[in-house]
Amino acid sequence: MKNVINIMDLSVDEIEQLIHCADDIIDNPVKYQDACRHKILATLFFEPSTRTRLSFESAMLSLGGNVLGFSEASSSSASKGESVADTISVVSGYADIIAMRHPKEGAPLVASMHSAVPIINAGDGGHYHPTQTLTDLLTIHHEKGHFDNLTIGLCGDLKFGRTVHSLIGAMSRYPGVKFVLISPEELKLPSFVKQEYIKPRGIEYRQSTSLEDVIGDLDILYMTRVQKERFFNEEDYLRLKDSYILTEDKMKLARNDMCILHPLPRVNEISVAIDSDPRACYFRQAHYGRYVRMALIMKLLGVKV
Amino acid sequence: MNIDSIKNGIVIDHIAAGLGMKLYFLLGLDSLDCSVAIIKNAPSSKMGKKDIIKIDSCTSVNFDVIGYVDPHATVNIIKDSKLAEKKTIAMPETLTNVIKCKNPRCITSVEQELPHIFKLTDRQEKIYRCAYCETKIN
Repeated sequence: MKNVINIMDLSVDEIEQLIHCADDIIDNPVKYQDACRHKILATLFFEPSTRTRLSFESAMLSLGGNVLGFSEASSSSASKGESVADTISVVSGYADIIAMRHPKEGAPLVASMHSAVPIINAGDGGHYHPTQTLTDLLTIHHEKGHFDNLTIGLCGDLKFGRTVHSLIGAMSRYPGVKFVLISPEELKLPSFVKQEYIKPRGIEYRQSTSLEDVIGDLDILYMTRVQKERFFNEEDYLRLKDSYILTEDKMKLARNDMCILHPLPRVNEISVAIDSDPRACYFRQAHYGRYVRMALIMKLLGVKV
Repeated sequence: MNIDSIKNGIVIDHIAAGLGMKLYFLLGLDSLDCSVAIIKNAPSSKMGKKDIIKIDSCTSVNFDVIGYVDPHATVNIIKDSKLAEKKTIAMPETLTNVIKCKNPRCITSVEQELPHIFKLTDRQEKIYRCAYCETKIN
């Protein structure tokens, strides 16, 4: 049985298979509409989420399966002090696969140690969010057609941004990729991410505090939100939250084929005026999330169509 | 300074100077009833200065803890005032319930019954990370 806790749990070949499967689902949705009939997905969300939970539920329903679960810790036994291990031991008897979000880092790993069914990490604090990365990869594949030789700018909260860390890990496995890390000093990419993914592979990267200075060099601009829930100190959050706002003026400096990605939700870091720009891919990106999650659920359940 | 030799017990020698006390507490030697001597900054021809711990009892010690604190330390088991065994120390791949993860966002910060597990992720740099949240031990 396979769990997906970290995007690096999936090999490059497995990711290619998932993208191939997601492509086929997009082209032939009817073929998959009963692929997971009589299967149950449990969505255990100990932390609020709209997009990820709905995307998982939509994915399972689109495969003809069923969904049960909870959308916040207060409506689960966790509010009574039940451990993750106990919750999972019980729920894995009710469902065939579990997607779990938890505010504490490592909680899905604990779940995988006690589960009789596959666990998908749907986000654990500031740690990992592998299905967002699969979504990002499917988007890049559709928008650019390839993963190699891309210059990827990551902008905003690179310190706590789990999607950033996972995307760097995943993209670092493709040849010729370069990273441009754009953040204020306080939210710079942690050294462990560089040590683990960038430096051992000799990947070219540079750091900048100015988006304007580097936007013209990018094939992909991955914007992130400064997340209030990752700060213990509200003062720090307020000081940093408006560090980078992508405006029409800044977009004039970007290439015509640059793609803007954002894991969403957005607050104000991308001006709504940019939504109509063909380079804005973030809403298409959110839609791709459903298809790649369908492919992942099928893979982990061993379902073939 | 003289410390009496021991008849039956354990001598942890060649501990890097300054790490003796850390090893003493991590091994839980403070809870032993027997005599325990810590010699700090003892002269050493190879190391310049070293720490030594002598335990006057045939108690068992966790070699993983010694390997984590100082893999270059040596452990001599003394029986009937003679060297009975010399143990080789290595950095353990996994450390369980020796140290605690200090990341307030780690699942171990709220689930007290979880074992605190750290994994050796870089032998050369001697880096251990929490098995759950991957935070590095400082």
